[in-house]
Amino acid sequence: MSTFSASLSNGNLEWRLPSRGRVGMYGLIAAEAAIFTIFVVAYLFYTGKSVTGPQPKDVLHAPIFYTVCLLVSSLTVHAAVRKLVAGDIAAFARLWLLTIALGGTFLYGTAREWAHLIFDEGLTVSTNLFGTTYYSLVGLHTFHVMMGLLALIVVALFYFTARLQREHAERLEVLSMYWHFVDVVWVVVFTVVYVVGV
Amino acid sequence: MSTNTIALSELSVSLPLPLRLHEWVTTVDHKRLGILYILYALTFLVAGGIEAIIMRLQLIRPHNDLVSPEVFNRMFTMHGTTMIFFAAMPLVFGFANYLVPLMIGARDMAFPRLNAFSFWMTALGGLLLYFSFLGGDGLYGGGGAPDVGWFAYAPLTAKTFSVGHSTDFWTLSLLVSGIGSVGTAINIIATILCMRCPGMALGKMPLLAWLNLTMAGLVILAVSPLTAAQLMLLVDRYLGGHFFDTQAGGSAVIWMHFFWIFGHPEVYVLVIPAFAFTSEIIPVFSRKAIFGYPVMVLATVAIGFISMSVWAHHMFTVGMSSGANTFFVLSTMAISVPTGIKIFNWLATMWGGKIRFTTPMLFCIGFLFQFLIGGLTGITLAVAPFDWHLGNSYYLVAHFHYVIVGAILFAAFGAFFYWFPKVSGKMYNEPLGKLFFWLFLSGFHLTFDFMHIPGLLGMPRRIYTYEPGRGWDIWNVIVTIGVFFQVVGILVFAVNLVWSYYRGNAAGNDPWDAWTLEWSTSSPPPGYNYAVIPTVRSRRPLWDLKHPEDPDWRYE
Amino acid sequence: MSPTNIFAPASTPADSIFGLSMFVLLTVAAIFIVVFSLLAYVLVRFRNKRSDDRSEPAQVYGSTQVELAWTIIPGLIVVALFLAAAHVIASVQDAPRPPGALQVIVTGHQYWWEYRYPGLNIVTANELHVPLSNPAHPTPTFLTLLSADTDHSFWVPRLAGKTDLIPNHPNSMWIDPHEPGIFLGQCAQYCGVQHAKMLLRVYVQPRAEFDRWVREQQQLPHSVEGAALTGQRVFESTACVSCHAVSGTPAKGRFGPDLTHLMSRDTIASGAAANTHEMLRLWIKNPDVIKPGSRMPAMGLSDPDLDAVTGYLETLR
Repeated sequence: MSTFSASLSNGNLEWRLPSRGRVGMYGLIAAEAAIFTIFVVAYLFYTGKSVTGPQPKDVLHAPIFYTVCLLVSSLTVHAAVRKLVAGDIAAFARLWLLTIALGGTFLYGTAREWAHLIFDEGLTVSTNLFGTTYYSLVGLHTFHVMMGLLALIVVALFYFTARLQREHAERLEVLSMYWHFVDVVWVVVFTVVYVVGV
Repeated sequence: MSTNTIALSELSVSLPLPLRLHEWVTTVDHKRLGILYILYALTFLVAGGIEAIIMRLQLIRPHNDLVSPEVFNRMFTMHGTTMIFFAAMPLVFGFANYLVPLMIGARDMAFPRLNAFSFWMTALGGLLLYFSFLGGDGLYGGGGAPDVGWFAYAPLTAKTFSVGHSTDFWTLSLLVSGIGSVGTAINIIATILCMRCPGMALGKMPLLAWLNLTMAGLVILAVSPLTAAQLMLLVDRYLGGHFFDTQAGGSAVIWMHFFWIFGHPEVYVLVIPAFAFTSEIIPVFSRKAIFGYPVMVLATVAIGFISMSVWAHHMFTVGMSSGANTFFVLSTMAISVPTGIKIFNWLATMWGGKIRFTTPMLFCIGFLFQFLIGGLTGITLAVAPFDWHLGNSYYLVAHFHYVIVGAILFAAFGAFFYWFPKVSGKMYNEPLGKLFFWLFLSGFHLTFDFMHIPGLLGMPRRIYTYEPGRGWDIWNVIVTIGVFFQVVGILVFAVNLVWSYYRGNAAGNDPWDAWTLEWSTSSPPPGYNYAVIPTVRSRRPLWDLKHPEDPDWRYE
Repeated sequence: MSPTNIFAPASTPADSIFGLSMFVLLTVAAIFIVVFSLLAYVLVRFRNKRSDDRSEPAQVYGSTQVELAWTIIPGLIVVALFLAAAHVIASVQDAPRPPGALQVIVTGHQYWWEYRYPGLNIVTANELHVPLSNPAHPTPTFLTLLSADTDHSFWVPRLAGKTDLIPNHPNSMWIDPHEPGIFLGQCAQYCGVQHAKMLLRVYVQPRAEFDRWVREQQQLPHSVEGAALTGQRVFESTACVSCHAVSGTPAKGRFGPDLTHLMSRDTIASGAAANTHEMLRLWIKNPDVIKPGSRMPAMGLSDPDLDAVTGYLETLR
């Protein structure tokens, strides 16, 4: 056995492969994208098919401000990682915390919207097809925002306990890919729910 | 075995049992997880087999009263769900886990902890599903096990028609194991793309790696729609949602679409690794390189893509438009072309070779024969108007068992025997292996050849009993008899495995005179797989070493 | 011979499928013979003859021409099969409905079949009567397929392929049987615990006989007298009427089969039992003995009441 492995080894080859973290994250994004696609298909299929109850155009108001917050948070997270790569940990921290704040604002906006829909408009998940598909699709996205935000907060904790270093930049870049995915999904969900489906 | 490679199993033998168990439970080593997956799969194969035996005994004559309709309906639901999700899929993942890192010259999978997490999620899913047997009508009445069929059509799964929690056991156990499946798939892809040894370009890796890469991609794209549909079902059942509530304008058909968008690629998830086994085994026992490696890769990727577009051939009878039906006939027929290409390439590999009829090779030959027939009955089913008779009948049941048992399970048995020496360090007993093959082959053909006939004579599936005088009786008897041959075969297999593990002859590194990297390390491999990460120059690195005057890299 | 043999078609949709299936089976058989012969030949010709011979055979890595050949030829076969299938799909699914065709609305229930003939004002259950069709001047029957609960499937193999009954998704199919007689089938989509006993009986009758059946079904039941009156009183005062209907009486329940002409049927419980005095009495007493899990509960009637109700139902010809 040892003869084989000795003959098989040749340390001179230039050999570079993609990073595991990146490929793994792409895999996760692909799986999540497939789940979202099915919910989007259901939403589009059931547009206009509710037998009773509030219709989208009656009760929906496009959350432009909160959408902008979320989209800007993609820019801030990207900038944060760039700063960390450059070694400027303080600037990284400011941008990272800003990202968290923007994400949190988006969640707050969703909560406000849902409170209005449930208590003022009487639209719940069991009201009609619109209610079922709306809360499921938007809710699934909100859940993903929450998971992402949790991860961002954990990283912030590492920063605050002085464990974060410049060498972690690549991992944070992979995490930021997830955050960008969440934003792209929101662009799709926003278009489907507030533009196409109304 | 040289003195400086000590197998983990040798070290462990000296530890007390609780510590050894702890090692296995907390392992992140791909080889151990692979073995755990496979043992888990074998256990559930037996459980699913018992469910099948109960069904076949009930159906041996018309108006039989061995079990009640409630129990029978739970049996076919649990049998299908168990076999697909807790026997076949773990089997496939187990082999992928064990073999992929070894065959690409890596030390482990890309994410060892994710690997362990994924296995335990799958394991938990199976236990959750079987927990459903407790409660409900009590164990004798089949408990509260799901009884909605393995594809759980709406609105039968609505709270109105499925009272109690049996459907929820189905939904939750598959949600949980689905997380495990996606985790493993991500791991396989990252391993293959990011951890190949130097020199192993994508075009130089073993076909098993290519096929598992395709399979993993399909898992990611296929299991996710099922997860989505199951979340929707939970919303309907527990939050008053209306996704599949036909009274509120919801659609029962859309569940079918979502399910089969998962369900069809799922069967390719199962069969593509079977292709992988045969693509490794047939060349070694024909003593020839695989014929047409690039075409095999292309055909596999093509099958992967096309398989995402054929799902509604499971829905030819639900009343889609003639245009839609016609499209799905075309896409389903199309997939037969790359599939046929693969069969021809395996035949061409054997052509001009020196075929050795070892147990693994016998199983691969069985695979070829049965996959041919199963593929051909698949073509008959692809012809939608013919499917209007054959769909949902015993002809269909015969077809898919032909492919799942006759092709996939046969190839898996071939893989068992081929890699058993590597995994255990011992040779299995060859005469017992051959006896198992002939017993199982006979039982398989008795059961599944003759099962086509009641379908052609109008017998639908999922019925706990049937009327006499329809010409179905004798065929059901023959089908049931075949089961006993299969059972005896499996017993012989189990005896062979256990006896050989403890008393078999030492296998050595390379009992088959094979050509891929796993045969260059010890049997069983050390925990770190390779003392020195190899560098390769061709698809058959060991062929190059054994034939320095005529290495493969001159021809690739 | 099997009464549900798909290779014994007696109606145009089944005939079309039969013709196509013969073409497909022959093609597939030919492919099997070719490939199996190759496999058998290879296994015999290229088996390793001497176990001590360790020399390796010539290594052949591939051949573009051969790959092209076994791509193109199967591709052509696929095209041929596809075109044949497409033709039959169109001819069966998109067949126009002639103006005089008989219309029946079939509603699937757990675990029985409801038949309404809207043009004829008939409601019946489980045994479908249709007129015999002359191939020269076809008189097809068009079925609209609905469901009251879960998914079902209408499959009478000698008459047509199966079509599903799905709630909120009306389907349609047609038959034009050119042979008189009784054609058997059963539900072919798992619909719940008694899916297995949701049997189908289609009675194909020459025109005169069919018209007579129609007239009988259109009649109101005769007035009841004597002992049967007691039975009618029991029937109408217990929960029977919440599920069953008898025309011209206060019984208007739609959950279960219409019983107006119960005695004109050969079977009860959707084919699960013969329509005899013993079976009818047993069915009313305890349906679970015949069809465990059926939606009809045991009514818990006393023996005298049971006899009375049975007697009453037996007047519903």
